[in-house]
Amino acid sequence: MTASVAVTGLGVASPNGLGTQDFWAATRIGKSGIGRVTRFDASSYPATLAGEVPGFDAAAHLPSRLIPQTDHMTRMALVAADWALADAGIVPGEQPAFDMGVITASSSGGFEFGQNELQKLWSQGSQYVSAYQSFAWFYAVNSGQISIRNGMKGPSGVLVSDQAGGLDALAQARRQIRKGTPLIVSGAVDASICPWGWAAQLTSGRLSTSDNPDRAYVPFDAAAGGHVPGEGGALLVMEDTEAARARGARIYGELVGYAATFDPKPGTGGEPGLRRAIELALNEADCAPQDVDVVFADAAGTVELDRAEADALRTVFGTRGVPVTAPKTMTGRLYSGAAPLDVAAALLAMDEGLIPPTVHTDPDPAYGLDLVVGQPRTAEVRTALVLARGHGGFNSAVVLRADG
Amino acid sequence: MSAVFTLDDLKRILLEGAGADEGVDLDGDILDTDFEELGYESLALLETGGRIEREWGITLDDSALTDAATPRALIETVNAHLALSAA
Repeated sequence: MTASVAVTGLGVASPNGLGTQDFWAATRIGKSGIGRVTRFDASSYPATLAGEVPGFDAAAHLPSRLIPQTDHMTRMALVAADWALADAGIVPGEQPAFDMGVITASSSGGFEFGQNELQKLWSQGSQYVSAYQSFAWFYAVNSGQISIRNGMKGPSGVLVSDQAGGLDALAQARRQIRKGTPLIVSGAVDASICPWGWAAQLTSGRLSTSDNPDRAYVPFDAAAGGHVPGEGGALLVMEDTEAARARGARIYGELVGYAATFDPKPGTGGEPGLRRAIELALNEADCAPQDVDVVFADAAGTVELDRAEADALRTVFGTRGVPVTAPKTMTGRLYSGAAPLDVAAALLAMDEGLIPPTVHTDPDPAYGLDLVVGQPRTAEVRTALVLARGHGGFNSAVVLRADG
Repeated sequence: MSAVFTLDDLKRILLEGAGADEGVDLDGDILDTDFEELGYESLALLETGGRIEREWGITLDDSALTDAATPRALIETVNAHLALSAA
């Protein structure tokens, strides 16, 4: 079975805009959401900047029953899923429960919830720890809560491969649709801007210690010095394309190619796996490099990783062979949430015929990339390639194609 | 702290620990409505029991929570424990 799979609904929670409309209004003109951390006092930490989702009021969107049992990331995921379903014109209660599944990605689970409960354990004792600590921090909790809230009993699960997981989840959703489940809610929302999450992220050595929001995260710039973490992401409604067409759904675009590869063991000198992931995904999409209209880069923001990505892109597309952009320069890196948000941006770029810019970066010409910087670029976007790499050697690539 | 555990105490603790479902009015006549029907599953009751224990300084058996299917039954159980600890 190789049924075609389409995206029919978008739900977005991004540091530069809550909701698809605000997100795209900001993204298309290069408006950044990076600023000082406000969710906790980060002033004594080496990294003090983050991309925080503005104006999210969980109680305005969710029943109070869900608030005591959910981490911040789960609340945003539940609301983004609601929005994605509404956008797709799907009322879950009207669909057979086993015809709908939920497959998300997660990089760290509910850190903030877990931290609060561990603090109660240490300071007050075990009887003060919430019963909901039993699941609220799980990697799979967003999938579970979305499934319960919407009565979705089809194939469900979670992918954990850091940033790459955001694409791996969409691919797993496609597999399940091809196996016969008509609709899967997929994507990811991550959020761990709390002291425990911060301490864990700092161990990667990849967080920018700059306190200048306009210079802290500048991938493909000679001065790249790490990334700014962010929170949020996107949830997408994915459906069998023919079924979606038959019900008259709006089709944002189709997922026509995917591949995942793993880097060779560090120190062995082998080529990183990203180029193979790109080529395998293009091959599956039956797409020549010259047919790709834009690449949404992983844009790690460290010199070594930027070079590896630029090398892979030059090898496949040639020097300055394809427009490349990194809207995540406006949001920070959202871990699992990043790639689904890039997929949403790519589909919106197709719709408007406009490539959103990379902000803050002054591209190093040595990378040989046609980076769309400063200003958006008007372009017909029919085919987009979205890349995501995860800490530890994960590489994933997705090819999206406009409908019709 | 008074030695009687009331429906208002229970409602407050339910809301603090587990919130309330859409479409459920805790201010209605709920004394004899099953917790399950009110939208509280076993984990919500575990959390509620833990909060009652902390606040009222008593220890409830695990079965006290699972056996009390309604607010009236739980309130009676809690008050029986309070009477015992006062005796």
